Amino acid sequence: MSLTLKLNGQTHTVDAEPGTPLLWVIRDELKLTGTKFGCGVASCGACTVHLNGEPVRSCQTYIEDVEDAEITTIEAVGDDKIGAAVQQAWVELDVVQCGYCQSGQVMSAVGLLSENSKPSVEEIDEYMSGNACRCATYQRIRAGIQRASEILEA
Amino acid sequence: MTINTSRRGFLKGAAAAGAVLLVGARPDGALAAASSETTQFNPFVKIDADGTVTAIVKHFEKGQGPATGLPTLIAEEIGLTMDQIEYEFAPSDPNVYNNLLFGPFQGTGGSTAMANSWLQYRQAGAAAREMLINAAAQSWSVDASGITIEAGIVKAGDKSAPIAEFVAAASQLEAPAEPRLKDPSEFRLIGNESVRRKDSAIKGNGQAMYAMDVHVPNQMVAMIKRPESKGGIAKGFDDSASKEVKGYINAAILPNQAGVAVYAEDTWAAIQARDALEVEWDMSGGETRDSDQIKAEIMAALESEPTYNVNKADVAAVSAAIDGADKVVEKTFYFPLLAHAPMEPLNCTIEQTAEGDIVLHDGAQMPTGPHMAYQQIFQLPPEKIHIKTMLAGGSFGRRATPDADYQVEAALAFVVTDRSRPVKLVWTREDDIRSGYYRPAFGHKVRVGLDADGNIVGWQHQIAGQSVIKGTAFEAVLVHDGVDHSSVEGVADSPYAIPGMALGLTDTPKATTVLWWRSVGHTHTAYTMETMMDLVAEAAGRDPVEFRLAHLSDSANPDQQRKAAVLKLAVEKAGWGNAPAGRSQGIAVHKSFGSYAAEVVEISGDAENGIKIEKVTCAVDCGIAVNPDVVKAQMEGGIGYGIGHVMRDQITLTSGAVDQSNFPDYEPLRIGDIAAIDVHIVPSAEAPTGVGEPGTPPSAPALANAIHAMTGTLVASHPMAENGINFV
Ligand code: FES
Ligand code: FES
Repeated sequence: MSLTLKLNGQTHTVDAEPGTPLLWVIRDELKLTGTKFGCGVASCGACTVHLNGEPVRSCQTYIEDVEDAEITTIEAVGDDKIGAAVQQAWVELDVVQCGYCQSGQVMSAVGLLSENSKPSVEEIDEYMSGNACRCATYQRIRAGIQRASEILEA
Repeated sequence: MTINTSRRGFLKGAAAAGAVLLVGARPDGALAAASSETTQFNPFVKIDADGTVTAIVKHFEKGQGPATGLPTLIAEEIGLTMDQIEYEFAPSDPNVYNNLLFGPFQGTGGSTAMANSWLQYRQAGAAAREMLINAAAQSWSVDASGITIEAGIVKAGDKSAPIAEFVAAASQLEAPAEPRLKDPSEFRLIGNESVRRKDSAIKGNGQAMYAMDVHVPNQMVAMIKRPESKGGIAKGFDDSASKEVKGYINAAILPNQAGVAVYAEDTWAAIQARDALEVEWDMSGGETRDSDQIKAEIMAALESEPTYNVNKADVAAVSAAIDGADKVVEKTFYFPLLAHAPMEPLNCTIEQTAEGDIVLHDGAQMPTGPHMAYQQIFQLPPEKIHIKTMLAGGSFGRRATPDADYQVEAALAFVVTDRSRPVKLVWTREDDIRSGYYRPAFGHKVRVGLDADGNIVGWQHQIAGQSVIKGTAFEAVLVHDGVDHSSVEGVADSPYAIPGMALGLTDTPKATTVLWWRSVGHTHTAYTMETMMDLVAEAAGRDPVEFRLAHLSDSANPDQQRKAAVLKLAVEKAGWGNAPAGRSQGIAVHKSFGSYAAEVVEISGDAENGIKIEKVTCAVDCGIAVNPDVVKAQMEGGIGYGIGHVMRDQITLTSGAVDQSNFPDYEPLRIGDIAAIDVHIVPSAEAPTGVGEPGTPPSAPALANAIHAMTGTLVASHPMAENGINFV
């Protein structure tokens, strides 16, 4: 079936069956490959995108449910000042290793800072607990969020 | 030696018009230079006419940093800033890009990238510098000795010009046979903590391209339906339900009958169509054992005479010494199967060009593996096979299969088609957990005797498990007198001076497909050695640090001295012995891959209500730390990888089928599991050694020793969460 998606400020008409995870429409049809496939069952966070500014796992978000939403992916999250601050902090601290989980980490970090501009360590650990990093870059993720919070405060 | 030229197209821009200076090494190791692509060698450094300098990175980037480290070596020697050097991955060509430590095999593993490239890349950079300087000397009519290059600018007295000016002239010169390498006192980039990774930005903004992101025109996505347990054979299939899936194309039994390939227009269609496919399996040759049986076999082997007397010890004498000892400490350990689970599920894309060449897009860790396998499968000469190395979303050993498993699977899924459409093979996380290669299960049994003064009089150590190396192409190099060194490394070559050591090994029968897993044998040997050191020290009534140092006291033995030094540094930085109230500490130190790491784990809580890991302090000696911040990151990651698995993870089998399937039951380390990691690097003038793996071995035993200190129980079977230890 044909659907209209609002993604990264643009309108796209896509052809997908109901029940298709948003992840695969983004990756395979729109060919935006920054959003990653890690588990498909909402337990790693690699596929995190924003729906109306809130992080969701796109592997468990179905295409028919997002027609009216504003979708933002990693490719556009840096257009916003929180996204830009997180990306800047990530580079300053060299958070990444293999990098495969990091799109999702950045999307979740932006979600956290959007609702809590100065999160405590406990709040960071709690909020980010659904984003797995097999390279175990966690301590830099924590520091990166704190640094982004500082950048935003300045 | 003949090397075709078509493959060189992968060096983007190398064939572009204008002068280009290329410097590298010939297959015999001699430095070589040329003005454009040649058939004589492949370059390590390329300088375009406009002065753009590119490091050709022969080791693949899975997060461990060669895309930063190798450019650092070249930038240092030429005299550039890190912003003035780019990188690209080398094409697959083992004759020129071989890993010196592996023989004629291009690969990355065993934490060798920096160790192997340290001199090679510096020499190439230094040769380029000398050639640019000699060209400037001619052009300016000044003596070469008065010319320097700094931040990409060539200078002599009041003359200065960017290196671009001399590329054309330099490319006409011979490469110096022995260029002068910078003295460590002149280093500005090597060892500089402020040097940043070159791949940070693209990995934080979604632009980084992994193999999973490859989309070649007209591609099909293939997924493989595999039997429940390994060894099953596909006899036939019914795809009537798959046909209901929009985007389903067709299915075909793989030529080796190991599974059925399902082809679809996109990934989601492939996932659904594979789910819907019914396959008739012949399971008569399939694995049927439970992991309990595999464990029982290992335990039985530990109770029997070992097959190999690894260190040719006088076993009867050692045994008698222990029998007659004042005190005996005895412990049996079990380590389960583990999956690697790199974040990017395995995948690769294969296509055939109009000329009949085969192109593989792959996060290839050992490109020589698929390169050789494809010559057989496609009956093509090596120059007709091209491997494009993409970024890899982690590996931990999984991408380095000696039999090139997933690349071969992709080739098989491709050859059963008419080859008109490229095939992208995609594994799901379930495929990764259930159909993979595993860290083999291992058991250790150790008996240590102490005299009345608390001195070791005998250490009898038995190891049993499935060999990783036997039956692979590496057997000739890594198996000696029947002993797979990777099964005993970390015990057999321990720097500790242990009197009366007898080490025995028994290979247990093949249980499943096994593979090296971050730090290989050290995953179980370090745990055994370092928890035993604590238990033995306790029995001797001695402090665990002092007891270790007493066995590392030979001042003429650099191995012992370096191991002792990291131990002391970790003790100092961790505030060993001064843990805040309610906390316990554990320590472990281990040498692996030429590097030494000591770690102190500090925990709070208790076993019943849950233990919390508050802090891990690490001291590492990896020779010269080329990029100290990358070294720290690798230690942080190695510690997390080691601790995460012993806390909660194992792979178990029921009737040969893997019980776990995805992250919910193979739970990764999460952000809240370790509150802080603090890494310290021992200053060193030695050549660089590994950093990708050495952080892992001491992490789990240090945790175990902390738990032992807190609870009085040493956990000798993993995962800890299923052996009486709860974590919060
Ligand atoms: S792929 Fe969506 S949470 Fe893992
Ligand atoms: S950086 Fe590799 S999985 Fe997170």
